[in-house]
Amino acid sequence: MVIIGAGPAGTSAAIALREGGWRGLIVLIGNENMLPYERPPVSKAILIEETDPGPKLLVTPERLAELRIDYFQGRNVQSIDRAANTVTLSDGAQLAYERLLLTTGARPRILSIPVAAASRMATLRTYVDALAIRRIISRRCEVVIIGGGFIGLEVAASAVARGASVTVLEAGPRLLTRAVPAPMAELIKAKHERSGVRIETGATVERIDATEGRSKVVLADGRTCLADLVVVGVGAVPNVELAQAAGLAVDNGIVLDKTLATSDPDIFAAGDCCSFPHRLYGERIRLEAWRNAQRQGAAAAANILGANRPYDDVPWFWSDQYDQTLQIAGLCREEDVRVSRDLGANGQLFFYLCGDGRLVGACGFGSLSAIAKEIRMAEMIIGRRLAPTPEALKDPALNIKHLLV
Amino acid sequence: MVACAADGLEPEAALRFDHGGRTFVIARSPEGGYFAIDGHCSHEKVHLADGIVDGHIIECPKHFGAFDYRTGEARALPACIDLRTYEVKVEGDAVFVKI
Repeated sequence: MVIIGAGPAGTSAAIALREGGWRGLIVLIGNENMLPYERPPVSKAILIEETDPGPKLLVTPERLAELRIDYFQGRNVQSIDRAANTVTLSDGAQLAYERLLLTTGARPRILSIPVAAASRMATLRTYVDALAIRRIISRRCEVVIIGGGFIGLEVAASAVARGASVTVLEAGPRLLTRAVPAPMAELIKAKHERSGVRIETGATVERIDATEGRSKVVLADGRTCLADLVVVGVGAVPNVELAQAAGLAVDNGIVLDKTLATSDPDIFAAGDCCSFPHRLYGERIRLEAWRNAQRQGAAAAANILGANRPYDDVPWFWSDQYDQTLQIAGLCREEDVRVSRDLGANGQLFFYLCGDGRLVGACGFGSLSAIAKEIRMAEMIIGRRLAPTPEALKDPALNIKHLLV
Repeated sequence: MVACAADGLEPEAALRFDHGGRTFVIARSPEGGYFAIDGHCSHEKVHLADGIVDGHIIECPKHFGAFDYRTGEARALPACIDLRTYEVKVEGDAVFVKI
């Protein structure tokens, strides 16, 4: 068994395979020079804390040894030979596989604008990326963040907490366009502005110059902002090149069937790199989310072991912004009917009902204690394909738990 | 220590109880029994009282680690360390926890 990619999907798969009874070798290949670790703290605790808390490991070396998982760290895979069932690493080493799992993840999208070589730019995906950002924002400085998505906003919250002066430039008309409804994006924007972050929407960056050791961000309307650091958070692209070169089907991610097998029955995939059909949405989806990666990895492992179970977990996502938390269950799509529940000062919930009345999405922003239970219950309602009435969802006095029966 | 009123907690629900700089969660089972365990998840410092109670399981609201609140046993990753349990007694209409 060879697993390419040692993020949460690959690591949870390796563990689940051994625990589920895989008898042969399990080789887990990671391209970073460290043990598998959790990515969520990379944009949060690792940037904010006074002293670097260090990476939070997904698994200890002792546990890897106990499970007889061979972990190859800091190694890249060059190619997959599907006819010979082998994988070749970039240092020339060759590994034979009976089954192969691709958990290659995604990488930050890069800007397609002119960027001066001397300007100081960063993207954020790995622990090493976080350390580079951390070193700069730990003193008084100006940070410009390009992109008002989750990564950009989490970095903004962390940087302003460290004393940096922060500006977020979003090209779209509002923050978090793809992820949350407009009124919730407004609440999040207000929270950032109260905390001292400057947010500009409709701000298209034309180029980035370098001047006297600093970066000069030039907007399409001619305005400029100076920065000691420019962080680019404009989305992620799935790492599909290996799969593509091996002739596997790729369409916004490695194309999987509902059991997470690729177009080659010996090869499975999971996590940010894949797109899969989802029974609740009647379309292929690709998720970039911690919980999905972890669960999909384990589900792929079970199917490699012969379970033959469709993967149909309800998508779930969270983000921390200051002392507030945002959680999303299911998908919040513009085409569905939106119902809101106002929790007053504690936060706000939004529910999405599709054409046949089923709940298909829910999101909440507020204190963890105000929203977490509700979103979790909503997730269960979504998973059971129930159709609660808009009136019940709106009523803050009604415990969502009662809608489950 | 009096943790809560017996009728202050419905079945299959939980609440937070703080005492002496420590924090606990009082959970009530579907059968009506009361139980107490450490308040913070053993994976990260997230309070379990903000999570849901499903049968005899209480779940972390952030990372979905889960525990059997009757025994403190960790039942779902990423939680893998068991939590301490505390003795609970109901006297009259008050729930007492022995800390």
